[in-house]
Amino acid sequence: MKTATDPGLAKGPGPAAVPPRPAARSRRVPLLRVLPLTPAVVLLLLFLAGPIAYCAYIAFTDLQLTGQAEDSFVGFENFTSAFGDDAFLNAVWLTLVFTVLSALVGQNTLGLALAALMRRASKPVRTLVGGIVITAWVLPEVVAGFLLYAFFRREGTLNAVLDWLHLPTQNWLFTLPILAVSFANVWRGTAFSMLVYSAALNEIPQEVTEAAEVDGAGGWRRMWHITLPMIRRSIGTNLMLITLQTLSVFGLIWVMTRGGPGGRSQTLPLFMYEEAFQKSMIGYGTAVALLLLVVGSLFSVVYLRLLRTEV
Amino acid sequence: MPRTLSSRRASNRLAADAGLLVVAAAFVLPLAWVVLSALDPHADLRVKLPDGLTLDNFDAVMTPEITFTPLLNSLLLCGGGTLLTVACAALAAYPLSRFRSRFNRPFLLTVLFATSLPITAIMVPVYALFVQVNLIDTVEGTIFFFAASQLPFAIWLMKNFMDGVPKELEEAAWTDGASSLQSLVRIVLPLMGPGVAVVTVFSFVMMWGNFFVPFMLLLTPDQMPAAVSINEFFGNRGTVVYGQLAAFSILYSTPVILLYVLVARRLGGGFALGGAVKG
Repeated sequence: MKTATDPGLAKGPGPAAVPPRPAARSRRVPLLRVLPLTPAVVLLLLFLAGPIAYCAYIAFTDLQLTGQAEDSFVGFENFTSAFGDDAFLNAVWLTLVFTVLSALVGQNTLGLALAALMRRASKPVRTLVGGIVITAWVLPEVVAGFLLYAFFRREGTLNAVLDWLHLPTQNWLFTLPILAVSFANVWRGTAFSMLVYSAALNEIPQEVTEAAEVDGAGGWRRMWHITLPMIRRSIGTNLMLITLQTLSVFGLIWVMTRGGPGGRSQTLPLFMYEEAFQKSMIGYGTAVALLLLVVGSLFSVVYLRLLRTEV
Repeated sequence: MPRTLSSRRASNRLAADAGLLVVAAAFVLPLAWVVLSALDPHADLRVKLPDGLTLDNFDAVMTPEITFTPLLNSLLLCGGGTLLTVACAALAAYPLSRFRSRFNRPFLLTVLFATSLPITAIMVPVYALFVQVNLIDTVEGTIFFFAASQLPFAIWLMKNFMDGVPKELEEAAWTDGASSLQSLVRIVLPLMGPGVAVVTVFSFVMMWGNFFVPFMLLLTPDQMPAAVSINEFFGNRGTVVYGQLAAFSILYSTPVILLYVLVARRLGGGFALGGAVKG
């Protein structure tokens, strides 16, 4: 149903032939479309696109925090020195370990397992488990960091449990800090994958799995041959998103270990912070930020391609 | 045949329940620590039953400088950021949802792309930029950045919710002489009330829990939100009083948990469709 005012609004100066209309009117129409967008666009340009562009600029300078009147253009020097810097390579390696361990293996697999188990479980158990896992996700990042700091400390809960089971205890935050922060990220982030996969599993028509069940396919075979292929788009989307989230984790690791001891849990965001502020090398820190941003953008583009039919 | 199938289902259910409860036990331990320690007069780092229940820990932290000022600062930052985000997102979503234009698709793709950028990465340049333009250590600067960082996802979500409101009602208002802004405020937004609530609560929860942004952009201790001031328990006050830390953690976390519970069902559906959520 179209009203008198509508056609002017619905048709833009698009590729289709637009019938000529009075000048005043055709000027009013684009304005109506553009004006509501301006506050958002201005905010995004000034505070998001601006810093990203600035990032791309100062990554090529030797900008420092103190004692320097002018920063000068140094080309790719920040990047070449990064790739010759053992601390940087260590951070790249730890970021990789952290992402693979906590996101791809931990959150993803555990989230899928929880979602699949929840479909078969009784309602009270489902509600209880869902509530606990989601609470861990909703908690502020710093609080989650403290809870897991307490959990992994030498005198903390994990060692108490291990002791009770007569298993060897250790000072987890000292001996295996990257493992401890990875577990912390699994604890905090699994709810997201669980929710994504619960939604995806709900989309599968029940007849399909029931037919396979009657044909005698066991749980694992049904999962591998029927369920996983049917939710593969959700798997792709979920992997993209949790990878991006994990790449930018800062507060959790900062609270638990500050990247230490001796840089053994220092992922790229913490390395970037230390170079830029504790060592005052803003240019160098920003070069690291730019690399992180480029990696994030690549993931983001893949994510867009996965979603392309939905926009 | 049906009998074996149903008995297999029953044993499946038991196995699933048992598996889930094991995972839940592992997940609940850190949460149990914070609740039990907050009530324990002699709290330490491990989960144990309190040596007697007390509210002293809450009493001790409920002072202006430990709890009230930081929480008020959080409210100011996140409330301001959320208002700005929701207002800008609602305005931006309107033409994207209502008018067909060849710019819509590229614009939405850009927004979706920005949704998944790692914001952590740009905090160092943002700091450098804020120093240049004198926005460093200002509440309004932090609010602007919060709003901008949350805006892509808010626009995306808002547009999806707005698409669900039928256009006919607005067209009726237009024939009665209402302007587009009037029909947006009086007709579209009230009809998508639950959607607006989801965007509002989601933006607020994200900002409330964010540590890195205020940690970088604010310097004056009096302006620090709870996300940053909680560090004080470790840093300057000497030995850590774990019971008080736990009590403060609970006070700081409760608002977002309550808000989440309020919109949980809507949020679950909303982001399954929207696809993109930042943690």
